[in-house]
Amino acid sequence: MTEVLSVNKRDMDRRHFLKVAGASIAAAAIPAVPAVAEETVNLVLWSWLPDFQAQVDLFEKAHPNIKVKLINSGQGPAEYTNLRAGLKARSGLPDVCHVEFQVVRSFKQLNALADIGKWANSYKSEFAEWSWNQVSDGDKVYAMPWDSGPIGMLYRNDVFEKHGISLPKTWDEFAEQAIKLHEAAPDTYLTNAVFNDGGWVNSLLWQAGWRPFEVNGTEISIQVNGAVPKKFAAYWQDLLDRKAVEAKPGFVAEWYTSLDQGRYATWLTAGWGPVFLTSFAKTSSGKWRAAAIPQWESGKFVSANWGGSTLAALAASQHPKEAAELAIWLTTNKEATTLYTTKQFLFPVLNDLLNSPEFANKPFELYGGQQVNQIFIESAKNVDPSFQWSPFQDYVNSTMGDELAAAASGKGTLAEAFDRLQNTFVQYAQDQGFTVKT
Amino acid sequence: MNTAASGTLASSPSDRSALTPSPPVRRGRGFGTTLVPYIFLAPFAALFLAFTVAPLVYAFYTSVFRDTLVGGTQFAGFANYLRAFSDLKFWGGIAHLALFGVVQVPIMLGLALAFALVLDRGNVHARSLFRLGFFIPYAVPSVIAALIWGYLYGPVFGPFTQAANWAGLPPPNFLSDGAMLFSLANVVTWEFTGYNMIIYYSALKAIPQDLQEAAIVDGASAWQYARLVQLPLLWPAILLTIIFSINGSLQLFNEPFLMRAIAPQVIGTSYTPNIYAYFLAAANQQYNYAAAISFVLGIVIASVAYLFTVMTNRRGGTAT
Repeated sequence: MTEVLSVNKRDMDRRHFLKVAGASIAAAAIPAVPAVAEETVNLVLWSWLPDFQAQVDLFEKAHPNIKVKLINSGQGPAEYTNLRAGLKARSGLPDVCHVEFQVVRSFKQLNALADIGKWANSYKSEFAEWSWNQVSDGDKVYAMPWDSGPIGMLYRNDVFEKHGISLPKTWDEFAEQAIKLHEAAPDTYLTNAVFNDGGWVNSLLWQAGWRPFEVNGTEISIQVNGAVPKKFAAYWQDLLDRKAVEAKPGFVAEWYTSLDQGRYATWLTAGWGPVFLTSFAKTSSGKWRAAAIPQWESGKFVSANWGGSTLAALAASQHPKEAAELAIWLTTNKEATTLYTTKQFLFPVLNDLLNSPEFANKPFELYGGQQVNQIFIESAKNVDPSFQWSPFQDYVNSTMGDELAAAASGKGTLAEAFDRLQNTFVQYAQDQGFTVKT
Repeated sequence: MNTAASGTLASSPSDRSALTPSPPVRRGRGFGTTLVPYIFLAPFAALFLAFTVAPLVYAFYTSVFRDTLVGGTQFAGFANYLRAFSDLKFWGGIAHLALFGVVQVPIMLGLALAFALVLDRGNVHARSLFRLGFFIPYAVPSVIAALIWGYLYGPVFGPFTQAANWAGLPPPNFLSDGAMLFSLANVVTWEFTGYNMIIYYSALKAIPQDLQEAAIVDGASAWQYARLVQLPLLWPAILLTIIFSINGSLQLFNEPFLMRAIAPQVIGTSYTPNIYAYFLAAANQQYNYAAAISFVLGIVIASVAYLFTVMTNRRGGTAT
C-alpha cells in the first residue's frame, strides 16, 4: 500500500498519460473500455468492531479497484478524540469512520462528515425510520446507520421466582417490585441505576419523552430540566432514598459479578445487551429472560435507543465517491449485513433483517432458549423517532454522568442535578458561540 | 565563551606533553573536543526539542486563542489565563492535591528512607530480594495497579469487605468522598516508595566506607551514625526526591483517572488539574482553555518547588 502511495508524481502522470493515450487508441476499436477507472483507490477505514476484516474482505472482492486499510483507532470516545485531533491537524484522517449515532450531529457540527445523500437516499426505505432520522437532514445524509440498541429489560427468572417478584410492565410496577424485593432480600436489588453512564440515562429519558436539544444553524434551544426529567428524577430519587435500587457504576468487575450472582435482578439494557451478557454471566446461564422495557403509561408502547453505530464518509476524503460506496455497501449489502448479526451479533437497523424469521426466532441458551431478539425487534419498531442529540455530545455525556452519579450517591438530589445541568449546558453553548434559547 | 574555555582545556595537556607540539594536531584536537559534547548531547537535544520544547511552544500559542464550535478561532490574549485564575474547578483540584501531597509525600519518603537505611546495614539477609521486592510495585504499570487496588477496595466483593462481613463488622468504604484521597495516597505510596528507596540507597552507597569506620572508632551507635553522618550526606538526594514528589503529586493523573471507573461519584471530571485539562481537551473541545490550564498548573508547580528550595536553603544557611 505504501508503495502505491510513494510512486512519485512524474511516474503517475506518465502512467496516467499512457493509459489515457492507450484508452483513446483502444476506444476507436472497442468503444467501452473503462481504462482510467481501473486506477486503484486506497481508502482508510477506522472501526473498533471485532472481526470486521471479514466484511471488508467481501467489499474488496466486490470492488477490485478499491483497497481498504482497516484500523482500530480506539473505541467510542477514544476514537472521537483521535478523530478531532485529526480534524484539527487536517491530516491523518480516515476516509470512512465508525461513529455512534449520538455523535453524528457533533461531527456534523465540525463539518467533518460528507453529505452522501445523492448516493445514499435511494436506500432510505430499507432502514428503520428512527435510525435514518438520526443520520439525515432532509435529503442530506451524513452517515449510514449500521447497528442499534433498542432498549429492553433482561431479568433473572430464578430471583424473580424465589422472591415472588412479578414481571413489571410499567415503571410504577417496577418501583413496587423494587421495594418488595428490597424488603424480602436487603442485599438484592431489582436493578442498578447506572447514573454515571450518560448514554444509559439518555436512553431512559428519551423513552420518557425528554427532548433536551434542538439545533437550528447557530441557534440551539436547551431544555434539560423540564417536566419530563423532573418526573424521571422524582421517580428514581424515591427508589434511591428507599435504598430499593443501587446506583453503582456499570461495566466494572463488581457490576459484572453482581449481575452474574443475582445481586441485581434486572439489567435495563439495549439490543446488544443479550449477547454482551453471555461474555460474563457464565454461572447464571439459563436463568436469564428478556422482557420489554417498562412503560410510563400502561397500554402504550414507547421505546428508545441506547448505543448503536453508523459508518460515515469524511468530508476530507480525497475519494468522496469511493468513500461513500464503502460506507453504503458495508451497511446495505445483504451478505455483509447478515454476517453482522451472525458473526459480530450486532443488532440490525435494516428492515429486511428485523423482519427475517431467522433472526427473530433464534433461541438463546443463556435465556433458557427464549427467542430474545423478538423482544428487541418489537422495541426497535417502537423507538420514538423524534429524538435529537446535542452538537457536543461527548461533553454532554461526561457532564451528565458526573452530576447525576454524584447526586445518586447522596450529594443533593437528582432534580437539583438537572437544574445545574441546564445552567452548565447553556453556559457551555454560549461559550461555544451558539445563540441559546431556553 | 564555550570555545575559549575548551580551547584552553585542549591546549593544556598538549603543552604539558611538550615533545610534539605540532600545531595541526592541536587545532584538530581543539576542534574535536569542542564538538564532541554536543554530538553526545544531540540525541537528547533533538528529542527534548521535539517532545518538550515544541509542544510547550505550541501549547502556549494555542492558549492565547479561542476556538469555538460556532464562529471559529479568534485571538484571545490572556483571557483564558484570567479565566483559569478564577476557575473554582481548577483550584478545587489543586486543593485536593495539596492535601494529598502534604499527607502522602512525608509518609512515602519516610518509608523509603527507612527501607534504604535498613538495607544499607551490613547484616541484612537476602538484601537483593528485599531491594527488588520494594522496587517491584514501581515496575507494575499503573493500569494493572489500579485494577489490583480497584479489586481490593471493592465495596461489595473486595476482600476487606468480605472479611468485615465474615467478622460481623461494618465494611470499610475506601471509595467514599472522605476516604478517596487516602485510598489514592495508599496506591501512590505503594507504587513509588521503592523508586525513592533506590535513589536513597544509591546515595548511601556513595558514602565512603572511611566515614563509617571513623564513626565506629569514635564510638558512635548505629542510630547516631545514621542521624549525624548518613542523613546530612543524603540531604541533596532527599531534596531531589521531595521536588520530584511535589511535581508528581500536583500532576497526579493515572491513578485517579483509572479509579474513576469504580468511583465516578467521587472522582469527577475536575478531580485533579490534569484530569480537568484532559476532559477540557478530549471531551469538551476546549483545547485553548486546556492549554492555558496546563500552563497555569506548570506555574503553580514551579512556584511551589521554588518556594520549597528557597525555604530549605535558608534553613540550611542558618544551621551552618
